[in-house]
Amino acid sequence: MASITGAITEFRQLDLLANGNTSVHRIDARAKVLVTLAFILAVVSFGKYELAALFPFFLYPAVIMALGNLPVRHIARKILVVLPFALMVGMFNPLFDQTVLIRLGPLAVSGGWLSLASIMVRATLTVGAALILVAVTGFPAICHALDQLGMPRIFTVQLLFLHRYLFVLTEEGGRTARARELRAFGKKGLGWRSYGSLLSQLLLRTWLRAERIHLAMLARGFTGEFHPRRTTRFGTRDFLFLAGWSGLFLFFRLVNVSQLLGTIVTGGRG
Amino acid sequence: MHMADALLSPAVGGTMWAASAGAIIYCSRKLRQEMDGGKAPLMGVLGAFIFAAQMINFTIPATGSSGHLGGGLLLAVLLGPAAACITIASVLVVQALFFADGGLLALGCNIFNLGVLPACIAYPFIYKPLVGSAPSTTRITVAAMVAAIVGLQLGAFAVVLETVASGISALPLAAFAGLMQPIHLAIGVVEGLVTAAVVSFVYQARPEIIESVQQARLLGQTPLRKVLALFLGAALLTGGFVSWFASENPDGLEWAIAKVTGAEELAGPEQGLHARLAGFQASIAFLPDYTFKQSGQQPENKAGQESSLGSSVAGVVGGLLTLAMALLSGLFLRRRQRRVA
Amino acid sequence: MSHHIVEVKDLRHVYPDGTEALRTVSFRITHGESVAIIGANGAGKSTLLLHLNGYLATSQGTIRIGDFPLTPATLPEIRRTVGMVFQDPDDQLFMPTVFDDVAFGPLNLGLTGEEVEERVQEALARVGAEHLRDKPPYRLSGGEKKRVAIATVLAMSPDILVMDEPTSGLDPFARRQLMGLLKNFRHTRIFTSHDLDMVVELCERTIVLHEGEVRADGPTLDIFRDEALLAACRLEKPFAMQGCPVCNR
Repeated sequence: MASITGAITEFRQLDLLANGNTSVHRIDARAKVLVTLAFILAVVSFGKYELAALFPFFLYPAVIMALGNLPVRHIARKILVVLPFALMVGMFNPLFDQTVLIRLGPLAVSGGWLSLASIMVRATLTVGAALILVAVTGFPAICHALDQLGMPRIFTVQLLFLHRYLFVLTEEGGRTARARELRAFGKKGLGWRSYGSLLSQLLLRTWLRAERIHLAMLARGFTGEFHPRRTTRFGTRDFLFLAGWSGLFLFFRLVNVSQLLGTIVTGGRG
Repeated sequence: MHMADALLSPAVGGTMWAASAGAIIYCSRKLRQEMDGGKAPLMGVLGAFIFAAQMINFTIPATGSSGHLGGGLLLAVLLGPAAACITIASVLVVQALFFADGGLLALGCNIFNLGVLPACIAYPFIYKPLVGSAPSTTRITVAAMVAAIVGLQLGAFAVVLETVASGISALPLAAFAGLMQPIHLAIGVVEGLVTAAVVSFVYQARPEIIESVQQARLLGQTPLRKVLALFLGAALLTGGFVSWFASENPDGLEWAIAKVTGAEELAGPEQGLHARLAGFQASIAFLPDYTFKQSGQQPENKAGQESSLGSSVAGVVGGLLTLAMALLSGLFLRRRQRRVA
Repeated sequence: MSHHIVEVKDLRHVYPDGTEALRTVSFRITHGESVAIIGANGAGKSTLLLHLNGYLATSQGTIRIGDFPLTPATLPEIRRTVGMVFQDPDDQLFMPTVFDDVAFGPLNLGLTGEEVEERVQEALARVGAEHLRDKPPYRLSGGEKKRVAIATVLAMSPDILVMDEPTSGLDPFARRQLMGLLKNFRHTRIFTSHDLDMVVELCERTIVLHEGEVRADGPTLDIFRDEALLAACRLEKPFAMQGCPVCNR
């Protein structure tokens, strides 16, 4: 998150994608949330040295991105941004784990390298799945889905409020930060002291805003109870989506499709 | 630091999810009792505030690098632990979904490390007693500093434990902790300074904000403590179990699946398939020279080692093929989609 | 109907820090009137508005809306009767979509399904914003936000509309559009504004607040002709009533 404006733009783009109207966008949000969870669980449940068996899972993001008409490059860039964090911890694996597990002709691959590769693939898959979920569902719909799935109402309301005021507050914060930068020459004046008082001012303004919002709610008869939005229907298509993908993930989890395919192609005996 | 999905085993991720979900449900219940309508928008906007605050950086003296606010402790001071916990959790959910910070499975860990620990441990047990009933700027500064440092040390150690217990990363506990704890000491000092500055400012500008939280908190103290004790106990227990589990069985779920379903049944479908496809293989094989010392009957045994040894070439070839097929099917669908549109 | 009457008598308000924001403010606004409350920054306009739908409790003096005095018991009814439109629409639009936002009030009134749908549709149509229905508020323009904010209030079918700085932050076109809209409302209307040209166009009556007191209360044009009064209250003539700066007439 280098620049605040960049972050807001990124945020808006993902939000805009959710406005699409493809067959995937129309699936009930609950089905998509559950499929995403099933996907992530299946992916992370593999052993640390497993690599090949993870590849079939790329089918899911590929298909959803295609059906949902998502910009591949955009999603890929967002994934790339976070991969270094996984790399940071994973890169110690080749150091600590040098047992050779695979010999590809002259090439000996240690467990460390194998598990590092596995970590990177896992990261790509899990991070991608989360981004895709937002891009084909939209944040408010995800919140309502979680609400219907039993998340405490207070938390739903909190997530919706947060999402609504993210844009307002990040822009306000961005303006304030810019004002500080414009008057800071070189790095002077960007220390924690000015940061502290900048945050304090921002906080007080935020607090006053919260009071005004509360006032606006009271003015429209708010009595402390949030009324649920019309509930969506969980149709056959949604069920098929959920059952189909979950079934496939289970299959991929139990049967190493890569291995199977490789064995067939190379003619090795199972 | 955010925990990432890729480093988590499902057992650890699931445990932490359960812990954090429990914390959120508990905090929601508690909030519902004390909720005066105004708290909902306040929590929402303060969450957005934390978000904005994290995007603004400041230079850390003498290092040249930059830092930003974490915010868990600050929110606890402003809102009380329950509301703070929920607010932080919501910020983490948004970060996981929109910025892929951490990931969805790691969300449980992150809510626990960055929300529950500072708001429900560092605030009530360190900050509050240190500040006492008559806050002054000095007291606020000292309390915020100590509480922030302890909170972050706990959080960092939790990350270490979760990572090591998951067993995906090969980092040994001592090495990882030796790396994480000092870094987070520095981060904790900075967090403490900023928190103290903001709290002191608010205390001078709007003293009623902080006083109201302090009074409100007196009511629900005992149950919170009890729950926390329970909570910690459960965490330690599962943590111990999981780490033992991880060391005995590097692949926990594998073992669990084998226990639940019986290993033979698991291997069954593959064998059946193999048998049927056996005739096929000779004719379509394009790398027939390779032979494998395949261990055979159990495609995935305890460590998944021998089998992957034996079948590595097939794995590589098949993996690449599968990957290509997965991506191609996406490409194909996209083309078709375009044509329809 | 006597429902639409706003009567304020000897209202006084002191903030906890000791600032006396209002001292003995009295006026009476009757059915269908369109009244501007103007005054310099810090004259007490906002404090007065906060009293009108009971956000600030009256410590001294009384407020009557329609037939009821403002008391905790009558508060819900009065909040329905008096529709408040805030200066910053971002404060007023807090739900995920325009629809949800406009439906917020009716749902709180206990309406359900079809009725809510109807109310929302009607309110959005009234401000010409039907096409914005499913949009999230942060993707609206300033003018659109303002109109939707008004719709959220209209959906409560209020008798009295109170608007804080309705034209602030709008571009000339959006401002013109909004004024056209407000002109056609039949409600009793109370505006606070620094946009004095808008006041001239929309309000037949003006109340001037100065340092927490009503300094003048009368026909808008009379007030703006009183240069001594305007100067004393840190105000000036609307541009429409000033001479032409180019030809000096």
